[in-house]
Amino acid sequence: MGLEGSPSSDQGGLIGFAAPTFLTTKIDFIVNWARRNSLWPMPFGTACCAIEMMAAAASNFDLARFGMERMAFSPRQADVLICAGRVPYKLAPVLRRIWDQMPQPKWCISMGACASTGGVFDTYCMVQGIDTIVPVDVYIPGCPPRPEGLIYGLMMIQEKIRGESLSRHGELRAEDPLLVGAPRANAEEVATLSGPFGNSTQQEEAGGILPSERPTMTRPERG
Amino acid sequence: MSDGATSSNPSVGALNARFGDAVQRTEITSAGQDVVFVNPARNTEVLGWLKDEADHRYDLLVDVTAVDYGGGRPIEVVYQLWSIPHKRALRVKCELPLDALRIESVVSLWQTADWLEREVFDLFGVTFTGHPDLRRILMPDDYEEGHPLRKDFPLRGRFSRAEQTRRALTQDPAHYYKPEDFDVGGAPAVPDQVEPTTGSEPA
Repeated sequence: MGLEGSPSSDQGGLIGFAAPTFLTTKIDFIVNWARRNSLWPMPFGTACCAIEMMAAAASNFDLARFGMERMAFSPRQADVLICAGRVPYKLAPVLRRIWDQMPQPKWCISMGACASTGGVFDTYCMVQGIDTIVPVDVYIPGCPPRPEGLIYGLMMIQEKIRGESLSRHGELRAEDPLLVGAPRANAEEVATLSGPFGNSTQQEEAGGILPSERPTMTRPERG
Repeated sequence: MSDGATSSNPSVGALNARFGDAVQRTEITSAGQDVVFVNPARNTEVLGWLKDEADHRYDLLVDVTAVDYGGGRPIEVVYQLWSIPHKRALRVKCELPLDALRIESVVSLWQTADWLEREVFDLFGVTFTGHPDLRRILMPDDYEEGHPLRKDFPLRGRFSRAEQTRRALTQDPAHYYKPEDFDVGGAPAVPDQVEPTTGSEPA
């Protein structure tokens, strides 16, 4: 079908590579309506957050009302990766591979304190926020969040989809294939995202008790 | 030092009488639990006797673990035993100085010691000689930061978070989970005579 348009037709055409046209906005409306009402989650449950995720999918809360019709236990048939629970470094390559296996368009929810920041597990074995591994669209706070929290997070994804446009697909959904299996954040960003906090500020990598400086994050502005 | 006389567990007195200086000391900790400190060079001798002697028969190895008290003190390897026929518990400890973290494996006595000793090796760095498959079990195989449960190990690891993330992601997940890993080493050894362990007192 070639919905992407071609780079040569940079002004208009029916698809409109650079600027939205009447046709693309109508297609956007239909495509986004279809996408946001059939978001199949890929559950990546590793801890107690997964219990709340199961509750959200069960009959009392019934995620299927909003289009998360079934949990897709195959990444190839999933749209949203729900990372529910803490992720140790040993599991990090598994998470990254599942993300890489999911077809575009795909979104990611980081559910709970541990998945988002490492939570109370500021230790040698725990990933300090899965946003160092995969790009995250929605962070859900809580320890664990209630099922309503997860449902709200998924509806935030729906809101995000509502604003997407096919003409900006290449920009919104860009993933460098050469970065498959690579950390999503560079070393400086990882250091910033996983800076010590709480009691951990008294811990140093060398084992001393000097308080460590939290590096400031400099990230290029996104156009 | 020995207060085996006050212990309600007859195995403590019997160990003192049978092994003498191999039993370094005994103590009773909270809730009346008997702890016997054994010379690490003779651990399999003592534990094998506790397992096979009819009056004691500690046939269930509940746990093998270790404790690092820090400050250069020796690391204690802990064997928690339970006698199913006699319904008795006994804790045997071996103190290993930090410069000689080496003790004989008890896999030949209790097969369950296989993974338990691997865990102690992984997290404390105690080498079990004679272990059939001594490699890391919880941390990644190529983990290079040391043994995390040692007191001198920094809580957040030795490498920076960026380096830990990079190392983690260069791993191949299939590398960790091979079908052979779920094989615990062939058919389990079944004793020639399986004795009833419930309902009747041992002969």
